[in-house]
Amino acid sequence: MMTNSIPTAFILIVGAAFIPFLRGNILRAYMLALPVMVLVVLINMPQGNFQTFEFLGYDLILGRVDKLSRVFALVFTLMTFLGILFALKVEDNLQHISALVYTGSTLGVVMAGDFLSLYLFWEIMAVSSTFLILASRTRASRDAAFRYIMVHLAGGLSLLAGIVLYVHETHTLAFGFIGLNSLSSWLIFIGVALNAAAIPLHAWLPDAYPMGTPTSTVFLSAFTTKSAVYLLIRTFPGTELLMVIGAVMVTVPIFYAVLENDIRRVLSYSLMNQVGFMLVGIGIGTELALNGVVAHAFCHILYKALLFMAAGSVLQMTGKIKCTEIGGLYKTMPLTCLFCLVGSASISAFPLFSGFVSKSMIVSASAKEQIFLLWLVLQFASTGVVDHAGIKVPFFTFFGHDSGIRAKEPPLNMLLAMGATAFLCVGLGVYYQPLYNLLPFAVNYEPYTGAHVVGQLQLLMFGAFAFTLLILSGYYVPEVKSRNLDADWIYRKLGRLFYRVLDLRLNAVNLISENIVVQFAKGISGFFQKFTTHTALFFAVNLWLVLGYRNQHLAYKKEKLYKEMTCGALPIGIGAVVAISFVLIVFSFI
Amino acid sequence: MKKELTIFDNPKNIRRIHMVFFAALVLVLVAEAFVDMHGEFHMESFYGFYAVYGFISYVSLIVIAKLLRKILMRKEDYYDD
Repeated sequence: MMTNSIPTAFILIVGAAFIPFLRGNILRAYMLALPVMVLVVLINMPQGNFQTFEFLGYDLILGRVDKLSRVFALVFTLMTFLGILFALKVEDNLQHISALVYTGSTLGVVMAGDFLSLYLFWEIMAVSSTFLILASRTRASRDAAFRYIMVHLAGGLSLLAGIVLYVHETHTLAFGFIGLNSLSSWLIFIGVALNAAAIPLHAWLPDAYPMGTPTSTVFLSAFTTKSAVYLLIRTFPGTELLMVIGAVMVTVPIFYAVLENDIRRVLSYSLMNQVGFMLVGIGIGTELALNGVVAHAFCHILYKALLFMAAGSVLQMTGKIKCTEIGGLYKTMPLTCLFCLVGSASISAFPLFSGFVSKSMIVSASAKEQIFLLWLVLQFASTGVVDHAGIKVPFFTFFGHDSGIRAKEPPLNMLLAMGATAFLCVGLGVYYQPLYNLLPFAVNYEPYTGAHVVGQLQLLMFGAFAFTLLILSGYYVPEVKSRNLDADWIYRKLGRLFYRVLDLRLNAVNLISENIVVQFAKGISGFFQKFTTHTALFFAVNLWLVLGYRNQHLAYKKEKLYKEMTCGALPIGIGAVVAISFVLIVFSFI
Repeated sequence: MKKELTIFDNPKNIRRIHMVFFAALVLVLVAEAFVDMHGEFHMESFYGFYAVYGFISYVSLIVIAKLLRKILMRKEDYYDD
């Protein structure tokens, strides 16, 4: 088929190049049509490797289609459409172009069958996403974007170094399962894990994502971390270390989410927590676990985007997004509030919402493998999700104290995007079979068993009961304007201190060396200047005496020559004459 | 502009929501009697295990978070200079 020869990534990346030439509704229709085109191409592609090229003796594969890459490509395409719909009214081509290049390159990463094309798309992804952070055009966003790109370039370098060693060892660019065993695999693992915001390489995420525009953060939340999850499923399934990292990630960020004041930063920590569930699943590595990871990534992309859309709507309509500054918005934004509640129920894995049918697979997989402690941690983390994403986000935004703000609902396109995403969240929770059919392995799992529904309801509702008691008693964590220390402190404070120490010590050495060199050079040049001047005077005076100059005239001539010699203002002709005569005199002695 | 909603500002409605919520809590506890809770771990079959675990998890999360705040919290402009 014709369509099989077009890399899906190029449709979006090349398509983005035409944005500056279009205006108004034509531009909007065009942008919405791009992901639809990708979807048509994707659906028509059978499994196999397409768009293969030979490059320097290596095979490049731009279109690897199997069950795993197809399901990720599908959800990324779906998310591209929803994200564009949400950002449709934004009058900023920079944002549209970087969003399309970003989503296109993520598709490139997912479809890449070799390491070289993977790496190229990986770096395009890092650069284009930086522009989505910069798009806010504030000083804070510029600084955060700078830190973001520095961290991602470092991760990219680790990946590149790993790839070079890997190719050296295996003599092929193609990749599949790698597993942690050699230096090359560790370097690749670190590069990919950084993009998955794996602790301790996570600080860029809560640092940068809350700095995007109301619409750009929606894109950011969906692609980078989940493309890294995709790669980890493909290359490092069953790596026990991922279970440990995942267990830390499901727990530590929820404490930060409880404390954080900025709603979008709460959601960023919550994003890390959800990716933690996925990493745990990859670490377990059984078919049920990996199916669960893919299903959870699928559902998570949608409900997390929905929550970021609701937060973005609030930010756009009120200009505020901190718990201390907003509250009581349900009065004038009831639809946004409703959509946010759907997102909250989904992320909390409430029965009949999408998170329930996906997260439970990972939790069940941990139980099946009899990893009791991990299972307890996952259940604990589940109640943590109820707290920050299920209750805190909607409660402090739309209910809680009345901030007095009476903002209108966002424009229709934003409501439509939220409505469609909310519909999918409920749809997947109720009618989950189509999603299960897309998963990489055959599914033999039933989420809606009596025990599971009752157990989950008890867990969630008694968590909510605890919240009710805590908030009524006034013991619940108060909203406070604050920053909470995280790992970015290392490069924001300690790094700066390190810089200052280096500045003080190394620049002192610089100063001393400079003085020594300059004094030496001055001495040398002074010596030669004096030497040449006196030599020139000696010959010139003798010449002038021979020519008959005397007294004042001779004194004037001497003075003039001396000045010209010391200031370097000697006419070139005279200089040449002096030099040549000097050579002649030397020559005459020989 | 449309009239604003005030439904959750009425204390009577809040009390109603609480009543419905508490009734639902009792309901999910009672429901356990009618399903087989036997799972992979012995602990799951204790009556009300999930309810207790959910409640304790939540409270300990908040207590620990409040302690952590003492260590982690800085002023909002901590990184500005």
